[in-house]
Amino acid sequence: MPYLGSEDVVKELKKALCNPHIQADRLRYRNVIQRVIRMSKLDQWGQAEVLNFLLRYQPRSEEELFDILNLLDSFLKSGSPGVVMGATKLFLILAKKFPHVQTDVLVRVKGPLLAACSSESRELCFVALCHVRQILHSLPGHFSSHYKKFFCSYSEPHYIKLQKVEVLCELVNDENVQQVLEELRGYCTDVSADFAQAAIFAIGGIARTYTDQCVQILTELLGLQQEHITTVVVQTFRDLVWLCPQCTEAVCQALPGCEENIQDSEGKQALIWLLGVHGERIPNAPYVLEDFVENVKSETFPAVKMELLTALLRLFLSRPAECQDMLGRLLYYCIEEEKDMAVRDRGLFYYRLLLVGIDEVKRILCSPKSDPTLGLLEDPAERPVNSWASDFNTLVPVYGKSRWATISKCQGAERCGPELPKTSSFAASGPLIPEENKERVEELPDSGALMLVPNLQLTADYFEKTWLSLKVAHQQVLPWQGEFHPDTLQMALQVVNIQTIAMSRAGARPWKAYLSAQDDTGCLFLTELLLKPENSEMQISVKQNETRTETLNSFISVLETVIGTIEEIKS
Amino acid sequence: MISQFFILSSKGDPLIYKDFRGDSGGRDVAELFYRKLTGLPGDESPVVMHHEGRHFIHIRHSGLYLVVTTSENVSPFGLLELLSRLATLLGDYCGSLGEGTISRNVALVYELLDEVLDYGYVQTTSTEMLKNFIQTEAVVSKPFSLFDLSSVGLFGAETQQSKVAPSSAASRPVLSSRSDQSQKNEVFLDVVERLSVLIASNGSLLKVDVQGEIRLKSFLPSGSEMRIGLTEEFCVGKSELRGEEKGSVSPWGYGPGIRVDEVSFHSSVNLDEFESHRILRLQPPQGELTVMRYQLSDDLPSPLPFRLFPSVQWDRGSGRLQVYLKLRCDLPLKSQALNVRLHLPLPRGVVSLSQELSSPEQKAELAEGALCWDLPRVQGGSQLSGLFQMDVPRLPGPPSHGLSTSTPPLGLGPTSLSFELPRHTCSGLQVRFLRLSFRPCGNANPHKWVRHLSHSDAYVIRI
Repeated sequence: MPYLGSEDVVKELKKALCNPHIQADRLRYRNVIQRVIRMSKLDQWGQAEVLNFLLRYQPRSEEELFDILNLLDSFLKSGSPGVVMGATKLFLILAKKFPHVQTDVLVRVKGPLLAACSSESRELCFVALCHVRQILHSLPGHFSSHYKKFFCSYSEPHYIKLQKVEVLCELVNDENVQQVLEELRGYCTDVSADFAQAAIFAIGGIARTYTDQCVQILTELLGLQQEHITTVVVQTFRDLVWLCPQCTEAVCQALPGCEENIQDSEGKQALIWLLGVHGERIPNAPYVLEDFVENVKSETFPAVKMELLTALLRLFLSRPAECQDMLGRLLYYCIEEEKDMAVRDRGLFYYRLLLVGIDEVKRILCSPKSDPTLGLLEDPAERPVNSWASDFNTLVPVYGKSRWATISKCQGAERCGPELPKTSSFAASGPLIPEENKERVEELPDSGALMLVPNLQLTADYFEKTWLSLKVAHQQVLPWQGEFHPDTLQMALQVVNIQTIAMSRAGARPWKAYLSAQDDTGCLFLTELLLKPENSEMQISVKQNETRTETLNSFISVLETVIGTIEEIKS
Repeated sequence: MISQFFILSSKGDPLIYKDFRGDSGGRDVAELFYRKLTGLPGDESPVVMHHEGRHFIHIRHSGLYLVVTTSENVSPFGLLELLSRLATLLGDYCGSLGEGTISRNVALVYELLDEVLDYGYVQTTSTEMLKNFIQTEAVVSKPFSLFDLSSVGLFGAETQQSKVAPSSAASRPVLSSRSDQSQKNEVFLDVVERLSVLIASNGSLLKVDVQGEIRLKSFLPSGSEMRIGLTEEFCVGKSELRGEEKGSVSPWGYGPGIRVDEVSFHSSVNLDEFESHRILRLQPPQGELTVMRYQLSDDLPSPLPFRLFPSVQWDRGSGRLQVYLKLRCDLPLKSQALNVRLHLPLPRGVVSLSQELSSPEQKAELAEGALCWDLPRVQGGSQLSGLFQMDVPRLPGPPSHGLSTSTPPLGLGPTSLSFELPRHTCSGLQVRFLRLSFRPCGNANPHKWVRHLSHSDAYVIRI
């Protein structure tokens, strides 16, 4: 227990959060919680700690909920960002059924967040920017009027600039698009090539909504004739043409001439793809491709050669006269001289395809040239606030969702060690569980007089044999949402003396687990848990070697409680 | 919570290492951190890093890395706040924070850490509380020397203005007075503003942003009450204009109103008299404290300190680029700006630079593809100019259009300025008075130093 200012504070907290008797008495629990909130002598660390503890408390009624929110209101005005963010998180989680309260809180936290974004401490600034992005995912217009705060200054470190560009890209709207684009254009000529490229990609992102202005800026950038800029612009064009077909004409007019400034593989692939797919609109397309064919021997990237093959064949279909000869040369080279197997196979494939007949080639190669619907799919839909409320003010937004997933995955194995006492404690004394579950767990031993034997040893073979020989005595479906750690479940089951015989690894779909337990009369319970992600429910099948309904029922309620508790802890 | 805490020098040498929970790794973690930090790809942020179930969170402060590791998913805001509070605390106790002072005061630092953190949980960071537990005296580095200006920090000394510092306060530990009673009772109050500005190429103002704070460094014995009077016309929020109440003709009251958008105060500040008289009351603990932070955007009461009038002539054919910069300083006549540096990125491949500057103390040079123009001192109301000629041999672009003045070559600009403005606040906020309610030791009046300072955060002018 951290030191929270004074002795009585610690006493209060201990009373509130560690004493099951108080938790059982609703009124008392509620009073203590309110006293804890009202404690005035806390310093900022104590406040942050209290806010963290309160995340575990579930108010009984709406009235109580708003009481608590009112009491906590002053925390939102605190001068310490840690306390403000902690309070915000608590508000978001407590008010999960009241979206307007959540929006209100996010409006109020705007000021402190923006202040942190322009703070002198770069580290704080970075973390705040990550959280701004998180909020923008749910409320896209939330920071639009403050777009100027996210302009980069040249002395800032790279990682802050990149975050700011991302934020700018996400908050753009009709009113500020002109200024934001002007600012981003300035970044495109930055000395740092990485930053310049990030800015160009950002313009490409905005182009999905404001196509004309962005394409014009990108075209101007081609005029710079700098390699690192041209290659990224061409890649942006490729993605853009696919998503927004209306800009094809403008892109095709901008392309001639830029082949001289592209040296890297990604840029070449993008250019060749564009020439192949939209070649009929670009007058000099065959001649540009011819250059590539001439130099194919010195080309180092197999991916470029593959792209070249496909593009040339496509162009051959629309402009046969100009391409026939070089297509022949390219195919000859790929089949006879090329050492890379994939390229050679692709060459052979196209050669045989041509042998079948030109109609067949057309049927196969002339796929649609754009797919605007893909943009909708790629566009991250507005996520509800509740989907990230529990991640707010943690490391998750700082790492980013995807990186966090890989981190927690590789941590998963190590984790079950240190987490063990925590998960197992819920059945014993249980400061962690909200009180309803607590009551349920406590009730159990009295209700069915079911005593499960600890340390039941059952081999997998014996289990399998028994399982196959018995009929399902009871089948039931429980609601289940999202991910969970099988280890946690296993630990929890062990506490109530249910052994795990076998289970699929985490993340497997469908996920299965086989459990066994025995009560003091020798009656065996064999259980199968089946989790199918698509119906988001857990199917439980229980088999029993002696048919006794009352023990069966109490066994099932034990199982239900454990799974229900895990589900709630997780959420 | 926090598993380990360590401090690394700027070169990666561990200066302080403390393991609170004994749950992860050993001393080589510090090395691992530095290796990870230096090997990080450019687009990833070093603030939070992950290695085998351990998160590293660090801040850089005065060239040192202050790092904590944790294996839990903690609040990043809280941890960063703790780190910067630790930095201030160490600075208070050791005099100033730096590689030298830390390595001279290792015992003191460990003692402090023991009291601040227990098993990875914060116990207290208040100077008042800690004072009772800390026994070790700080080892003060060396006597203040007039020639060594690098030891003069922000407090109590103006960097170039007056070469005589009032005392060696900046590098004096707060709590070393036990043996040395003769030291003065001093209190330093700084109003510091950071200015970020963006000006479009046609001279119109796109963005102004002022971040200000009032910082206090007190050497007074704790318990003495202090009253800080701010400018009376000070008001918060867009609508509130205090002048109207006074019934004067102008809505701004007597003088120009001082308006800020948002204010936050330190929790120890008593605001009873703030509404009526703009007075902050507080009992400051010894050491450094940020009394008030405020922000102001888009609407400055005073003109911007600098205006730049550039003209660019560019001959594509010969690759000759001529930039004429005229810098006007719009500060009041008595004020001046120090350490002004103008930074102008140039197109790639610029080789030679010839310059004509308006006064001899200025200096201009090419550095990292940019032009740097240094002006050590600019008087308010003055106007300075510089003519720069450069050769850009392979400046890309379509064939010659002859002399062009309208379209500058891409890659030129935007200009950014950095400077300090002593005795000037851009918002106009001033400290009217600083009063101490009772005389602490009776021996002498405490010395009070009040200072106003603005400096540039990002002052960008597009060309």
